[in-house]
Amino acid sequence: MTNEFLLSVESVDTFIGQFHILENVSVNVAKGSITVLLGRNGAGKTTTLKTVIGLTPPRSGRVIFDGEEIQGKRAFNIANLGIGYVPENRAIFRALTVLENLKLAERKKGDLDRHADMIFELFPDLERLSKLKGNQLSGGQQQMLAVARALVPDNKLLLIDEPSEGLAPILIQQMMEVIRKLKEKTTILLVEQNFIMASQLAERYVIIDDGRSVHRGLMSDLVLNEELIHQYLGASIQAPTRTSEAE
Amino acid sequence: MKNIWKKDKGFVIFLLAAIAFPFVFSLLGQTSLTEGTNKFWQGQLINFFIMAIFAMSYDLLIGYAGMLSFGHAASFGGGAYTVALLLTYVAPDIVKNYQIFIGSLNITEIVVLLVCFLAAILVSILIGLLFSASAMRVKGPYFAMLTLALATALNLLTRATDFVEWTGADEGMHGVPVPYWINPTQNRLTFYFIALVFLVVTYILMKRIVSSPTGRVIQATRENEDRSRMIGYNPVTYRTLAFVMASVFAGIAGALYSLWTVSATPSMTSGVTTVNALIMTILGGMGTLIGPVLGAGIMQIFSQFFYTWFGARWPLVFGIIFVLIVMFLPYGIVGTWRMHGFKLKEGWQRFWDLLKTKPTAEK
Repeated sequence: MTNEFLLSVESVDTFIGQFHILENVSVNVAKGSITVLLGRNGAGKTTTLKTVIGLTPPRSGRVIFDGEEIQGKRAFNIANLGIGYVPENRAIFRALTVLENLKLAERKKGDLDRHADMIFELFPDLERLSKLKGNQLSGGQQQMLAVARALVPDNKLLLIDEPSEGLAPILIQQMMEVIRKLKEKTTILLVEQNFIMASQLAERYVIIDDGRSVHRGLMSDLVLNEELIHQYLGASIQAPTRTSEAE
Repeated sequence: MKNIWKKDKGFVIFLLAAIAFPFVFSLLGQTSLTEGTNKFWQGQLINFFIMAIFAMSYDLLIGYAGMLSFGHAASFGGGAYTVALLLTYVAPDIVKNYQIFIGSLNITEIVVLLVCFLAAILVSILIGLLFSASAMRVKGPYFAMLTLALATALNLLTRATDFVEWTGADEGMHGVPVPYWINPTQNRLTFYFIALVFLVVTYILMKRIVSSPTGRVIQATRENEDRSRMIGYNPVTYRTLAFVMASVFAGIAGALYSLWTVSATPSMTSGVTTVNALIMTILGGMGTLIGPVLGAGIMQIFSQFFYTWFGARWPLVFGIIFVLIVMFLPYGIVGTWRMHGFKLKEGWQRFWDLLKTKPTAEK
């Protein structure tokens, strides 16, 4: 069964300092799919991504990526296996230019040249702004750059944390389009609070609640299960009417 | 050349002015090229060139890699002592027993001096690696304190009476036998141009380093270690690389300084030497490279004129000026200029805030 999955997080326990953040969390991500982690603020979704990439290594359990156990490896080694991480809060390098940010993400020489057409087709603004420094970009542009950076090397898996956070409605639409297109090229594990966005993008979901993975399944089933949505996601779901109005 | 002019007009103008200086000074003042006031001002500029190399090396460390080291003098002093020791105790025997010729030209002394510089570079690399191995896994004030402790240990070593017959202990080494053709007393103009070449080469190399892919990773690591980690870089490797590179340039500056002063003294490995580099870098602007060069120039001018005007109290006056510069030019001269960040009103505000701050009594 494991072979079908590009990523399997198996019963991991993660601590930050003395705090037990993740308890027996399991997440499977099938090749070529989008899986979304859902849950309230502070449930442990971001920590799950950080556990995969090695920034908060698990104390127990296994993380298997592409058939290889990666728990305990250092973050930069895990990234070099082909995992791109797009953290929340637009984690770009603000003192460097757009082009330098992209260049920095090259794993092999010429990565950017090979993928430049694809990246600038997805994010036409970035080509125009390539000489500007990160701190001169708007929030939305910084978010685009953070995603674009993960596309420079040949990543097999992208971990994308809250891509819609703080974006204007029109940019959320644009970001959704980008992620939809990315699905054709790679596998994605997404954290997204915007339930409308998550439900339209992902095939599968895992609900994290209070540091535990409590529910999983097909997104097509979840959207019909109001009780489950209300129980675990509650107020964290963005009201559909508001999003619809914005659209 | 056209390209360099386009990219770095300021440095090209500085370079041309530095090349022309001795000749123009001689022409205007009707003085000899190699004597009198011309020779004196060449000396002032030599000191400035060497300190500029040292300050740039510190900028690589603090401005580009974001590492506040209080031990940079260890590399400077390491380079100085290596050259002084080799020239005093090893070189004379080699020059006496071996002769190297190109055609009829005896190049023995040049080769020996080159070997001394290579040895200084090697020692700087070792100091850089030693400091990195000891301090690289901690950050901020812990890093600063560990580097200070290591540099203090080296300073104590240079002062140690156990090696007094070699190093002169507290007195240091004086009258280092610098070869005649480069000796700053006898051939100052030659030394002037050699120091200038070192400065220019260092500047060009540093420019290349900071704009290279490795330099970008170093700057990215300064901004956020976790972010560079998650795109596949090991921050410790890049911080170590930056530390060792900065150490090498500081070692070269120290080696030159030893030739210039024909000495090597414990003050070269002391905390004051590091603080001087820090002041030059902050004055000119961190992370700008040209800023520390400017900072070194300003320090040189201040130390020269202020000593004449205020005597031994000159550092006090300079300290007040330094505080004002930090208040009004928070990113240093070059940094503030580039950011168009000079705001008189905000400067006054910071200044008044500083004056209004009362020390809080300990409970």
